[in-house]
Amino acid sequence: MLEDLFKMVTTRFNGDEKNETKEFRCPRCQNSCGADELQKNMWVCPECGYHARMNARDRIAITCDKGTFKEYDKDMQTANPIDFPGYEEKIGAMQEKTGLTEAVVTGECTIHGEPCIIGVMDSHFMMASMGSVVGEKITRAFERAAEKKLPLILFTASGGARMQEGLVSLMQMAKTSGAAARLSEAGVLYITVLTDPTTGGVTASFASLGDIIIAEPKVLVGFAGRRVIEGTIKQRLPEDFQSAEFLLENGFVDFICERKSMRRTIAHLIRLHRPPVKSSAETSPTEKSSDTSSSESTSKTPKERPASKENDDNTGSSGNASNAGNANSVGKSDSAGKSDRSDKPGKSEGIFGAHKNKPGKGAGKNG
Amino acid sequence: MAENMSGAANVSQEREITPFERLMIVRNKNRPTIRDYIPLIFTDFFELHGDRFYGDDGAILGGIGRLEGTPVTIIAEVKGRDIYENKASNFAMPHPEGYRKALRLAHQAEKFHRPVICFIDTPGAFCGVEAEKRGQGEAIARSLAEFMTLKTPVISLVLGEGGSGGALALGVCDELAMLENASYSVISPRGFASILWKDPSREEEACGIMRITSHDALSLGICEEIIPEPEGGAHNDPETTAENIAEFLVKTLNKKMAKDIDVLLNERYNKFRKIGEFME
Ligand SMILES: [Zn+2]
Repeated sequence: MLEDLFKMVTTRFNGDEKNETKEFRCPRCQNSCGADELQKNMWVCPECGYHARMNARDRIAITCDKGTFKEYDKDMQTANPIDFPGYEEKIGAMQEKTGLTEAVVTGECTIHGEPCIIGVMDSHFMMASMGSVVGEKITRAFERAAEKKLPLILFTASGGARMQEGLVSLMQMAKTSGAAARLSEAGVLYITVLTDPTTGGVTASFASLGDIIIAEPKVLVGFAGRRVIEGTIKQRLPEDFQSAEFLLENGFVDFICERKSMRRTIAHLIRLHRPPVKSSAETSPTEKSSDTSSSESTSKTPKERPASKENDDNTGSSGNASNAGNANSVGKSDSAGKSDRSDKPGKSEGIFGAHKNKPGKGAGKNG
Repeated sequence: MAENMSGAANVSQEREITPFERLMIVRNKNRPTIRDYIPLIFTDFFELHGDRFYGDDGAILGGIGRLEGTPVTIIAEVKGRDIYENKASNFAMPHPEGYRKALRLAHQAEKFHRPVICFIDTPGAFCGVEAEKRGQGEAIARSLAEFMTLKTPVISLVLGEGGSGGALALGVCDELAMLENASYSVISPRGFASILWKDPSREEEACGIMRITSHDALSLGICEEIIPEPEGGAHNDPETTAENIAEFLVKTLNKKMAKDIDVLLNERYNKFRKIGEFME
């Protein structure tokens, strides 16, 4: 499953990693631009629109409201579960190079005022392969989201499972997916944003389990390594094979969203999944008050839209979603919440939206 | 029958069998497959086909049978015993529709309160254009997530090769057992050698450090039980191996079926939840 993935993703999509501090050469269109220009353009190739890899720090900076990010499990470091020769040294070198302790950063923040839990994988750290630490931090993020009833947003990137941790890394796929399943049962929104490159064991676990799956344009997303497949079929694959666009066409992402619209889009989606506030015509006053006191207590008003620099429109993808952020459009947000979870028709919780009308946690345990 | 493996059998009496030797035992062309075991372990077996979306994957066999009288759902990766069977079963490398069939049958079992028994025997999920188009990653992910919350007991057993995510898709369970010589790994030793040393021929060396044996999985807390094989490997005595498997299944199923479902699900979650080594 991992075969050649690492090599493939570096050569195909990241040709000039060494020069990246000075000059960016786009692996897609081969055009070059200065690092400053690239940064100003949110690390998107000005020529072709390829959404280049970003480090976790930059991603958090352009995604979270300023100063709101509070990191979880900052100091968690991997051990060496299968006594793999040279693993500690390798980790140490990566830490020095990237300034990260591991390949994922998780924490709490607000996005356009919407409180949420966020996780960002960083492909500069051992190709963001998933070992014990990535698995544990992601799992805790799921568990905290369930506990705090906060939406979870994961920016995925990965070369797959981390083979230096052997079977232990494979099991992180089950662990994270199990946690995703529990979050789903708790009725909490989970959004995945697929970034370059999301492959192997991460694609085959939590990255594919979002209620809503967003991809950045032209990024690589797939399960098997391109070269492995080419080796099997003995022919070259088309350029766009395993691209975000390929996934969209085949039905595996909900939509593709440009980086400059990402913040806004995520905030819109979070607002669309707020528990509906029933108007007094539809529901008794007691129900109404218990609803607002239970989960809405953190954000003062449902309608807050802080001024933001990148306040552009998310063209196409979410239509006139901006209106639905308003609490008055009860009908809309209610139905959106239900249809979004309809991917689990067989569950005994059938009407997933139902618990929203009840205060507190009772409904989640029914099943 | 035991031709080229008798050497390994003799060796085992004097010293421990190496991981690579075990892999060779597992790859022996006479090693029993699920099709050999089913009539030896279950009665009244009915095969059920199809994922109801796309097709029927020959790499994954599913059906209902009885284990000592109790109806159970059986889901298994199918190795072929000859070239024709292997063509039909794609050398036990499932496509997405295989995992979706497995999940369909698992939910059917859940509905009728039947336990699920999964047999793992695959070099890995198939890597191909069609598999990608139909969402190999999504199919495996959904398996992992939905088996974790499946409200009926699930027992998994590695018969031969447990290759990566393609194996794990049938491995989210209440208890995992491995046949003594079976392997379970994050990547094939060949793939490992080709990534790490750019030399796939160093497979044997890779086996030495990857910790892929049943004993490794047991000590890592990933597998709960090792099922003994006859001297030299399961192919030397499929009947005895089948008896050993049946004995484990009956014992384990009785234990799991007696549990309250919420307790069972919590234990299943925690079985995986606790895996991982880190410092903080
Ligand atoms: Zn470009």
